[in-house]
Amino acid sequence: MSVLVNKDSKIIVQGFTGSEGTFHAGQMIEYGSNVVGGVTPGKGGQTHLDKPVFNTVKEAVDKTGADVTIIFVPPAFAADAIMEAADAGIKVIVTITEGIPVKDMMNAKPYAKSRGAVLVGPNCPGVITPEEAKVGIMPGFVFKKGKVGIVSKSGTLTYEAADQVVKAGMGISTAIGIGGDPIIGTSTKEAVQMLMEDPETEGIVMIGEIGGSYEADAAKWIKENGNKKPVVGFIAGQTAPPGRRMGHAGAIIGGKDDTAEAKMRIMGECGLHVVDSPADIGAVMKKALS
Amino acid sequence: MNIHEYQAKEILKSYGVTIQEGVVADTPDKAVEAAKELNRETGTEWYVIKAQIHAGGRGKGKVNETGSNGVVLAKSLDEVGPKAKDILGGTLVTHQTGAEGKKVNKVLIAQDVYYPGESDPKEYYLSILLDRGTGKNVIMASTEGGMDIETVAEETPDKIVKEWIDPAVGLQGFQARKVAFSLGLEGDAFKGMVKFIFALYKAYEATDASQFEINPVLKTSDNKILAVDAKVNIDDNALYRHKDIAELRDLTEEDPLEVEAGKSGLNYVKLDGNVGCMVNGAGLAMATMDIIKLSGGEPANFLDVGGGANAQTVEAGFRIILKDPNVKAILINIFGGIVRCDRVANGVVEAYKNIGDINVPIIVRLQGTNAEEGAKIIEDSGLKVTSAIVLKDAAEKVKEVLS
Repeated sequence: MSVLVNKDSKIIVQGFTGSEGTFHAGQMIEYGSNVVGGVTPGKGGQTHLDKPVFNTVKEAVDKTGADVTIIFVPPAFAADAIMEAADAGIKVIVTITEGIPVKDMMNAKPYAKSRGAVLVGPNCPGVITPEEAKVGIMPGFVFKKGKVGIVSKSGTLTYEAADQVVKAGMGISTAIGIGGDPIIGTSTKEAVQMLMEDPETEGIVMIGEIGGSYEADAAKWIKENGNKKPVVGFIAGQTAPPGRRMGHAGAIIGGKDDTAEAKMRIMGECGLHVVDSPADIGAVMKKALS
Repeated sequence: MNIHEYQAKEILKSYGVTIQEGVVADTPDKAVEAAKELNRETGTEWYVIKAQIHAGGRGKGKVNETGSNGVVLAKSLDEVGPKAKDILGGTLVTHQTGAEGKKVNKVLIAQDVYYPGESDPKEYYLSILLDRGTGKNVIMASTEGGMDIETVAEETPDKIVKEWIDPAVGLQGFQARKVAFSLGLEGDAFKGMVKFIFALYKAYEATDASQFEINPVLKTSDNKILAVDAKVNIDDNALYRHKDIAELRDLTEEDPLEVEAGKSGLNYVKLDGNVGCMVNGAGLAMATMDIIKLSGGEPANFLDVGGGANAQTVEAGFRIILKDPNVKAILINIFGGIVRCDRVANGVVEAYKNIGDINVPIIVRLQGTNAEEGAKIIEDSGLKVTSAIVLKDAAEKVKEVLS
């Protein structure tokens, strides 16, 4: 068991023949992910990285039975790509693209949901179930197989957390990079819920950032559902000034409730193991699981 | 991206939003010309002189050099020149600018809209913004115009009405009416407000805005509805399809180091601390700032060098951090995934040698692909650079350097 992606996932790559798509699709194939083809409008019929290229997602799904897609399409066309995937019946849509206008996501997110698809991202590193499938841009070797799930808004901070967990003698069940944009498909709470329900996952690392209320919502849900598995939480941006955007489009303190301090307080009150220093994630998880 | 009040009002007006009219000027002489033009167009005989800076609280704010407020009233044409002179070129300090204040390069000469008449003028609050929780735009309105909305939310939350807009169908008539009724309006003022809300929402959608705050919206004594102030924020990610708005960017409002970093493709935010940092990834960059604080320092900046950290980006990052005289140490924190640590280490050494004279201690923490090789390159370089692999270790080294 695992969540979102596994060895049976049939993965296509949208924006397959572009430079980002080519590089990361190659890395995914090398990792062992079951990439069955890709989509680049106008290049259908060609072969790329020894896989078939299709003009439309519909055609790719019909010919390959694909159920997962990863999107590297440029920002101006990414929302369209998300909707195309959802309309074609893709079940899990992982969107890596950074810089999609909010207004586009405001339409694409409910559209994907209405077609029964799970959207992860945008502006995220993707999803990895170690030894089964990497659907993302993360360095695969960092994620050794194990029983700790990770939910995170950040890319490199996810790798940092995974590395600490592995070096502390544990491993990763599934890591979900949910993304750092103001509108993202899968919320912290939804990702935590998936891992809570996954029998392979025994503990969860939840990494958030300043901005929005996703982490507080997740913490309240965890408490309401009986704190069934230990959750180690960290919020990046304790030293970030209000009103300034810290790299990620969504990482901005708009009011007193979306500061790191406020989120960490709520997480603590809800029974999470909150770490002040990101250097302590691995050690605290080990202690929580022993 | 933020724009000035005068720019925001021009955009709003082009979508049919009724505004307090005004003419912008950058010298006292031009301010007088602007007032004359405004008099011809609107008949106003009193003039509001408003400093144009990207910060709120201008009315209560003070100009350091002259003691003038950032928004003043001239009750005759003769007063316009001297009063504009007291603001232009000065440094305006408001509760949002910080103690250093902001230089005023332009003033908006605006018509007086608080003239007496059949009813009392009344101020309201109106804003449109993204509600991240629902992924929808929300219209917020309050009878407490002119006040800081956070204060209203805290003290009298029942005085704020919210109306969420379904993106699939857009703003509906019943929603605009609901908002206008909740403000206690009737007759022409009610009709004017409904029209105002529709025009405002149209402008919001059409410009890919991420926030509109009209505070105050004024009902004049003759029951007109006008935007007296306008704070407009545009979604940076959508600027590619609004070239005309992108051109309104005022670089003098931004930190020069941030502007320079942007040109090198670096994401940099200047802060007040003593330890500079350079990191790959926004989340890890914020986490690194937090580590600096926990180690007894204060972060001097946020700096994300992005996915492909190489010698050029590292050198550009170094140069920008070193321009900040408060920096006493620099922590470089790179998690090498696709980027190999040995290459980053070579980049650091190369950049260091290119710059030459670096007087502050540097701690380089490289973790991930080829971390050991990276550490060895740093140690063998003979430079005044300390290396670390584990994050905890890096934090300890920052502590040592600061003590």
